[in-house]
Amino acid sequence: MSVASAAGASAASAPTPLLEVDHVKVYFPIKSGLLIDRTVGRVHAVDDVTLTLYEGETLGIVGESGCGKTTLIRTLIRLLAPTEGTIRFRGSDITSARRKQLTPVRQQMQMVFQDPQASLNPRKRVAQILATPLILKGVARRDVEPRVRELLKRVGLHPEHLNRFPHEFSGGQRQRIGIARALAVEPRLILLDEPVSALDVSIQAQVINLLEELQQQFGLSYLFVAHDLSVVRHVSDRIAVMYLGKVMELSRSQELYAKPHHPYTAALLSAIPIPDPRENRAREREVVGGEPPSAIDPPSGCRFHTRCPRATDICRSIEPPLTEYANGQLAACHHPLNVGADELRTASRSETSPHSAGQELPEAEPVTAS
Amino acid sequence: MSPGAHLLEVSNLKVSFQTEEGVVRAVDGVSFALEQGEVVAIVGESGSGKSVTAMTLLGLTRSPNASFEGSAQLEGKELITASEEQLREIRGGEIAMIFQDPMSSLDPVYRIGSQIVEQIVAHDFQVSKSEAMERAIALMDRVGIPRARERVRSYPHEFSGGMRQRVMIAMALSCSPKVLIADEPTTALDVTIQAQILDELRTLRKETDAGIILVTHDLGVVADIADRIVVMYAGRVVEQGTLDEIFYNPQHPYTWGLLGSITRVDRDTTGLLPSIPGTPPSLVSPPAGCHFRPRCPHAFDRCTDVPALEAHLPETPQHVDRCWLSAMQKRDLRQVGDRIGLAADEPVIA
Amino acid sequence: MARFAVRRLASMVAVMFAISILTFLLFQVLPNSDPSTRLAGRTASPTQIAKIRSDWGFDKPIYVQYIKTMGKILNGTVTSYQQQLPVEDQIRQDLPTTLSLAIGAGVIWLALGILFGVLSAWRAGRWLDRGLTVLSLVGVSMPVFFLGAVLSYYIGDKARILPAGDYVALTSDPWQWFKHMLMPWFALSVLFIGVYSRILRSTILDTINDDYVRTARAKGLSERQVMIRHVLRNSLIPIVSLWGLDFASVLGGGAILTETVFNLHGVGQYAAQSVEGLDIPPVLVITMFGAFAVVLLSAVVDIVYAALDPRIRL
Repeated sequence: MSVASAAGASAASAPTPLLEVDHVKVYFPIKSGLLIDRTVGRVHAVDDVTLTLYEGETLGIVGESGCGKTTLIRTLIRLLAPTEGTIRFRGSDITSARRKQLTPVRQQMQMVFQDPQASLNPRKRVAQILATPLILKGVARRDVEPRVRELLKRVGLHPEHLNRFPHEFSGGQRQRIGIARALAVEPRLILLDEPVSALDVSIQAQVINLLEELQQQFGLSYLFVAHDLSVVRHVSDRIAVMYLGKVMELSRSQELYAKPHHPYTAALLSAIPIPDPRENRAREREVVGGEPPSAIDPPSGCRFHTRCPRATDICRSIEPPLTEYANGQLAACHHPLNVGADELRTASRSETSPHSAGQELPEAEPVTAS
Repeated sequence: MSPGAHLLEVSNLKVSFQTEEGVVRAVDGVSFALEQGEVVAIVGESGSGKSVTAMTLLGLTRSPNASFEGSAQLEGKELITASEEQLREIRGGEIAMIFQDPMSSLDPVYRIGSQIVEQIVAHDFQVSKSEAMERAIALMDRVGIPRARERVRSYPHEFSGGMRQRVMIAMALSCSPKVLIADEPTTALDVTIQAQILDELRTLRKETDAGIILVTHDLGVVADIADRIVVMYAGRVVEQGTLDEIFYNPQHPYTWGLLGSITRVDRDTTGLLPSIPGTPPSLVSPPAGCHFRPRCPHAFDRCTDVPALEAHLPETPQHVDRCWLSAMQKRDLRQVGDRIGLAADEPVIA
Repeated sequence: MARFAVRRLASMVAVMFAISILTFLLFQVLPNSDPSTRLAGRTASPTQIAKIRSDWGFDKPIYVQYIKTMGKILNGTVTSYQQQLPVEDQIRQDLPTTLSLAIGAGVIWLALGILFGVLSAWRAGRWLDRGLTVLSLVGVSMPVFFLGAVLSYYIGDKARILPAGDYVALTSDPWQWFKHMLMPWFALSVLFIGVYSRILRSTILDTINDDYVRTARAKGLSERQVMIRHVLRNSLIPIVSLWGLDFASVLGGGAILTETVFNLHGVGQYAAQSVEGLDIPPVLVITMFGAFAVVLLSAVVDIVYAALDPRIRL
């Protein structure tokens, strides 16, 4: 999206961080025991993730089910508490903020859910659904209805639909209501959890367009979580690829397809069929076998080594640090793809690497541009 | 072509359901043919009638509220009017089906092996239980389930989504069907698993020479595996042609809209997507004439009559569509910038 | 499994302990609940009452009384205040009646509940279904004391088709036992039949739309195989677990009304009499027995549930 094209890593315009995720871990204990429960294991849902979202930017997070993307987004809005790490919103630490302190934060940080059917109260009319956040925000009673009408119009719904119930709308329209509800409190940031995956293709495009228009109009920032890499690519300025609770790669979206460094990213990209028969036939594709291992007992070293075609001994023993390359792209891999010798020489270990990652940077090796 | 020349021939199929709101015309005149070893994709959005069409071929939509017209013939055998017993033999025997959600498509209380055996035994009265189990193990092995001999004793919940879909494929293959219907077989799966399952379907088509009907909304999947495409909208076929015809020379505005709406991982598509305005019509009271008319920016007065599904391009007689625009007009109108799409000149109000 | 057994055992001990304390305390605070005045009889003098009080230990602190009573209950020597008979003997004498009633009724309501539920779902929306719906509503809203009284008057006393009450031991005359139990069984089952058939009907109608049932059809199974192996098998899971708990509650005193109407001297009636006489020891024993039955059967239900549904692990 255009507003934030400067928000990458270029130091020139010095983008302002809006949301900072600093080494956040979210573990779910697994309890068991004869009579009294003890923690016998932990699901490493989010395992030391560091990300920064800048003002006006759209940061995409992709990954397959179980990669921790939904847990992460829920932790950011503090529906879940992080096990470790800090979350800062506009500079202030909200990691352990209490309900009262969270209220102003939540007005600036809203969430839109995947299933518009399930996230709207079926017993309330649209007018009530949209009025509640306005009233909570302190909008005067008589201003509420005009605002609600305006909101409906803004998301492309007829203001006359005010008195309808959610079930009287189609899926796409319900998602518009969800977006209107998030917009009602004039947030700066909207966390979008698979906002279009339940919708039909033509409706998906409508909602994506709407999100882009709103972003331009209100200068919103988005955190866009989805499993569909092509949708994420379309909307995002930067994309973080997650696998089993860790960030594998973080890059600008234009570069992700052209120059994936991490074999997992490459696998994801090659798994996606391109809706263009000729290009699809021309392209060489490598289908990665196997399935993601369990997050209860994740693999040692690099989490992807069990499925990775390039894995060697080091991958099994040492967790690769997030390595920063010249263009600002980050990848946690000992044997990165599409990296030249020059780039390797200037590469450095990123501050955002998990604490548990090793110091070893990838070494120059004969890399075939596959 | 004489009837029976095709493996499967559906002609003018109509399915309607009596509901409290009125008669829902879920499928309203669908015709297509399927040959051996061919993959025909039925593409459309929810409510387009693509799943109903597929399930009707197996008689799975039969109910007291449903009524059927037209015909569907498997090697000359009529399916629409077939008796329950005839249908029972065809189901899983000559036509097998794979469903969308592998999580819920297997019975949670029976072991994987016995669910496959159940199908084998239902079609082969001579086979013994242990022979059937051996066949089940071989099938599971063939569709890439590791340690098949142990895993026949597993329950569905002990399998991942991808593995369950492999079980569904193994089950579908168990009686060497002539036609395989796959209803959104990869929609519920993660992309890397989706690629594995599509590979599996490709291999299978090569090995068995079965005709495959792929029902999907995902044009990526279609581009990956289909030979021919049937595009459905609001119960009708709006366009039908080969893969390349549909992708590179689409004739119906709805097809343009679909192609324009998709995001691509290999392209920079900044800016607004040329999306289709509005929402699909109600199937109880669809608009007169072309069903796509209310959403079509190119509609004109003739569109209140239903256009016939016929070829408009002399060089490709098998490429048919339902639209009144001339081929010339279409070539100009479908171009939105450098891509094909539905040019919408006004903001979308849903 | 070990974890399950240990936890259930622990919860059983905890529940029985809590129930006994609650029951005991309840009888302490009830008005007119001092047993010594009743034990002493109508014309007792204050000194006699005081003597009884100290003989029986009613002047001791509550917790001492509780511990003593519980001690007696646990070693089986507790006696009732009213008749001063060993409670254990009384229960041993009454239990066969209650068991006969509960087991027989349980079997009947399970069988008929399933039968009517299946018929109702099979003919959903048609005549048979509507008829059964009305019938089950009538059954659910019919109080046992009314139904029991009507049955026992018309079928028992007037028409003399079946005996109007009383219990004949199974061991002494099985045929008479059966004839005597038939009406109580029926009276007790009617409510449950109505409830179970309704629940089963809706579960079946939900299950029919499940994806795996569609798969079963697509596999080429006959409609009969689909219905029995897939629909019914899955629909029965909630019914079976429900049955275990209802059965336990009937056993633990839920059949009091039926026992009373048909003059069956079962545990329920013993409990009723004891409560009436504010007789703590038998009430304690019976409530604990009821709690025991519920906890035990709910453990059994969980085991059966796990056997029926492989997704459940103990």
